[in-house]
Amino acid sequence: MDYFLQQLINGIVLGSIYGLVAIGYTMVYGIIGMINFAHGDIFMVGAFLALIAFLVLIAIGVTAIPLALFLVLIIAMLLAALYGWAVERFAYRPLRGSHRLAPLISAIGMSIVLQNYVQLAQGARVKPLPPLIPGGYTLIDNGGFVVQLSYVQIIIVVTTLILMTLFSWLVSATRLGRNMRACEQDLKMASLVGVDIDRTISLTFVIGAALAAVAGIMYLLYYGVIDFFIGFVAGVKAFTAAVLGGIGSLPGAMLGGLLIGLIETFWSAYFSAEYKDVAAFSILVLVLIFMPTGILGRPEVEKV
Amino acid sequence: MANGSDLRLSASKLDFAGALKDAALAALVAFGLFSLLLGFRTDSGPTGQLAAFPRPEMLAVAVAAVFAGRLIVALIARSHISDFAQSNLMRLIAAIAPAFEKFRRFALPALGLLAVIVYRYSGHEFRDLSILLLVFILLGWGLKPTLLAFALLMPVLFYSNRYFLDLGILVLTYIMLGWGLNIVVGLAGLLDLGYVAFYAVGAYSYALLAQTFGWSFWICLPVAGILASFWGILLGFPVLRLRGDYLAIVTLAFGEIIRLVIINWQSFTNGPNGISGIPRPSFFGIPFDSSDTGFAARFGLEFDPVHRIVFLFYLILALALLTNFVTLRLRRLPIGRAWEALREDEIACRSLGINTTNTKLTAFATGALFGGLAGSFFATRQGFISPESFVFMESALVLAIVVLGGMGSQLGVVIAAIAMIGGFEFFRQFEQFRMLVFGFAMVAIMVWRPRGLIATRTPSVFLNEKKIIPADIIDEARQ
Repeated sequence: MDYFLQQLINGIVLGSIYGLVAIGYTMVYGIIGMINFAHGDIFMVGAFLALIAFLVLIAIGVTAIPLALFLVLIIAMLLAALYGWAVERFAYRPLRGSHRLAPLISAIGMSIVLQNYVQLAQGARVKPLPPLIPGGYTLIDNGGFVVQLSYVQIIIVVTTLILMTLFSWLVSATRLGRNMRACEQDLKMASLVGVDIDRTISLTFVIGAALAAVAGIMYLLYYGVIDFFIGFVAGVKAFTAAVLGGIGSLPGAMLGGLLIGLIETFWSAYFSAEYKDVAAFSILVLVLIFMPTGILGRPEVEKV
Repeated sequence: MANGSDLRLSASKLDFAGALKDAALAALVAFGLFSLLLGFRTDSGPTGQLAAFPRPEMLAVAVAAVFAGRLIVALIARSHISDFAQSNLMRLIAAIAPAFEKFRRFALPALGLLAVIVYRYSGHEFRDLSILLLVFILLGWGLKPTLLAFALLMPVLFYSNRYFLDLGILVLTYIMLGWGLNIVVGLAGLLDLGYVAFYAVGAYSYALLAQTFGWSFWICLPVAGILASFWGILLGFPVLRLRGDYLAIVTLAFGEIIRLVIINWQSFTNGPNGISGIPRPSFFGIPFDSSDTGFAARFGLEFDPVHRIVFLFYLILALALLTNFVTLRLRRLPIGRAWEALREDEIACRSLGINTTNTKLTAFATGALFGGLAGSFFATRQGFISPESFVFMESALVLAIVVLGGMGSQLGVVIAAIAMIGGFEFFRQFEQFRMLVFGFAMVAIMVWRPRGLIATRTPSVFLNEKKIIPADIIDEARQ
């Protein structure tokens, strides 16, 4: 039971990270119907930006951890958002109205570019960072198994909750959110009634990238080590989360993220850690075959 | 219509300030993008912990490059140079084409004569004659026969240059993979991101069958192909109902699953250590060694390790040509036409009563078959395989070759493979930039020429006269 509780905590934390990345996939898919294959790499770039920003802040003498973390959060979100914007502007916008595989191929190209760019710029070796926020609460300690809840885990879950609330508010109550929902329903019609669709799509990418950057920072804090390749597997898993929750649905993305995080953690804990990625990929395949609309998604109508 | 006077007009009041503004904006964005990732190097500091070291010179170079690039592009876009150049180029081509046709008719016999003369008086250099022959074929019949003739002559031309032969084998392997994937992506329009899985199945099938049962290469080759094809059907059956981009992700997931299983199923595949000591191919049973029963001794030649390389070269050439031949033939069969119809419009296809699942499945299985054959060849050539060789990047590489060449174009695959695999070998010092360039090339091709470099399409089935359909008309028809 104690072991189960510990795995539950770990799973929820991992699920929060996946959920934040999954939002980027689900929003972009909802609006322009493409899989933004490079999104996982934006997450990776976000983690790298955070790492470097943190090291630079330390170097220039900002050593108070809370202040440094806050600044890192702002810097990484802004710059990752710039990456998201640039990728959309450079690789996706010119392709609107092109044949159906073009955006996906372009996205794969962009993913390769980002991976290799970071590898060339920062080296292929893993980048370790000592734990910034050590310590935590010990929930259960009855002599046997110790159940712990670290401060990092609390920060991750709380930040995710805050961002989710903020984001839900943005989508449901602001002008931008209304435009986004309009674009999701019908791009052409939205443009006819005066929605600036280019701007809306750009902002969607920007917001998705900023959230992915936050997930990247959390990954960095939680695991303490990153490399240029983390985006690929995390990206596929986050996409699985988005599909599982129902692609296009925001609560679905979060739910899917949590489920994938939990499944992965429990699979590693009770079956075999070697096959945890196989488990996640198999879920993707199974969900797409048997439940293509996901848990909270709407069925898709194929139109001529 | 852009013409000479337009050019002069626009050049005189060229909007230099506007272009400068564009470039400055691009440089600003580039500064934001590169500021941390290029502007700082992360490495272990004096205390052993990670620290950031500034490298402003690299940042400055990158930003300056973006500024200059954007300025040039903006200036070209603002003047009408590109329109002007294009229209004149078209006129030039239109003028030259008939003359070239006449010249070709004249040049053919003339060059034949020249070849004989040169051969007679040049000291019988075989290399000179071959090069002349290639030029002759190029002018007479065009690019495709020249490439084929070059491939056939290559082991003779570069017999003493093992490096070139190995490179040729590598390029041909990718051409074969590209042609195999072209059936799935180019003809049937199914984006397969896990093609390397079939390559892996083929390679491991050969390695395990040959090592466990001692089967010879010529038995293993078809078996490996069939096994890969079987996996294609097995994986394809549940997923082929999915839409294009979902299918892509699922194939990617399958590719990764197969790789992860190979890594973790240690007792069967030897895991990450891979399989070594895979039997090398024999000349239909005669081994390539220095013994009395070896290839050299049997044919009365002096033993030379290059014999095996030459044999491997012709082997992969034959396999690649088989792939091409089968593809070209299949395209004329009802199934091939169904593939192409499927690529153009799936809903229309279904309305016409084509069984889309079976059609997709055959494309998947045929593509997988050739992937498996190529995998077998890879295993026998390397003598060692490990999961390292079957990562997603490999799938992306083959896909990039197909996409860059022009989906559905056989010649395009050849040109893209030569340029991308062979081309980079000549710039060894830029090896680490290869994938970066690949990625950018994929994006750039999608933006500028979404139909690929060879964007024209010859219809597989035609009435009376074979017409080449240019890309813009294909796209027009799709609207």
